[in-house]
Amino acid sequence: MSFRPDHELHQRRLSRNVGLGVTLVAFVVLVFALTVVKVTRGDPMQAFDHTVRPELLPAQTGGTQP
Amino acid sequence: MSDVQAYPDSGEAQFGDYVALLKPRVMSLVVFTALVGLLVAPVGVHPVVGFAAILFIALGAGASGALNMWWDADIDAVMKRTQSRPVPAGKVQAGEALGLGLALSGIAVVMLALTANLVAAGLLAFTIFFYAVVYSMWLKRLTPQNIVIGGAAGAFPPMIGWAVATGGVSLESALMFGLIFMWTPPHFWALALFMKEDYHKAGVPMLTVTHGRAETRRQILIYTVLLAPVSVWAALTSIGGPFTLATALVLNAIFLKGAYDIWKRPEAQAEGDKYAVEKRVFKFSLAYLFLHFAAFLVEALLKVYGLGGWA
Repeated sequence: MSFRPDHELHQRRLSRNVGLGVTLVAFVVLVFALTVVKVTRGDPMQAFDHTVRPELLPAQTGGTQP
Repeated sequence: MSDVQAYPDSGEAQFGDYVALLKPRVMSLVVFTALVGLLVAPVGVHPVVGFAAILFIALGAGASGALNMWWDADIDAVMKRTQSRPVPAGKVQAGEALGLGLALSGIAVVMLALTANLVAAGLLAFTIFFYAVVYSMWLKRLTPQNIVIGGAAGAFPPMIGWAVATGGVSLESALMFGLIFMWTPPHFWALALFMKEDYHKAGVPMLTVTHGRAETRRQILIYTVLLAPVSVWAALTSIGGPFTLATALVLNAIFLKGAYDIWKRPEAQAEGDKYAVEKRVFKFSLAYLFLHFAAFLVEALLKVYGLGGWA
């Protein structure tokens, strides 16, 4: 089995491809960070997890939520 | 011999050429003023949201820069200052600049709407439209007041930054807009006085060409005089304080003195000392804007420690 040498196009466009790749990865990271911030709104994320947690229940049923 | 050696310099556009289309130096001013607008607002934002919002404002500004380079490629090819831009230099096709500008405009506006709010996104969209269509395509080649109109596009970023935090427009953000708007004509016309060959060759109706250099000197003084009350008024609002007011008074005094010197001297004297005064005032005008916005920022920091502001 032999590898073919890179086409010269790959060499010519290396900086463009690497630059675009880094930009896209940075964009994904940014959107993920934004999603975490928007979903949690600064609070730790909590949801129903098959166990009773008072902090998720409304106040009149013994929880702390309004 | 490999294929790579056979094509030592193919002229292929590199990543940096596409970055150059976004006018990174203009972008740095946009980032700074938008950041100040965001940080001096009375409402705080999460750091990640703030960072992303500033990034998308900068991207929108860059996109309008790319659209401007697409439209103005013919002018850029004539003027010495802009000959090495990617499109006139032949590195990037004009159509690519158009495509990049349109795509990044869409991404920046949609992402700012999702990150912050619709008011900020709407202002960004209007800024891009204003710079690319109203300024570049319509008025730049039509009227010697082009600099005044183009200045409005550059004046929006702090207003957008403020809108990211507050979701609206207020007197304070309008005054930050006014500050950059009134500052742009004397800043740019001082440059035009000592870069006269360029605009003349390109046929852009710069004030120096259409109304003469004496009139340009007079206009520099007029706009600098009009700038001072806007600056002081901004310092007297909720984003200002004693520190900002003192800074504004000093900066305006120096700028007014420079504009007066430019107005007073005849053209022959300016040519004699190779436009020393004009160059000095141009350099100072850059420091003026930077220091003025830095003063707003310092005032906001002082408020955290209970020292700044008027209250």
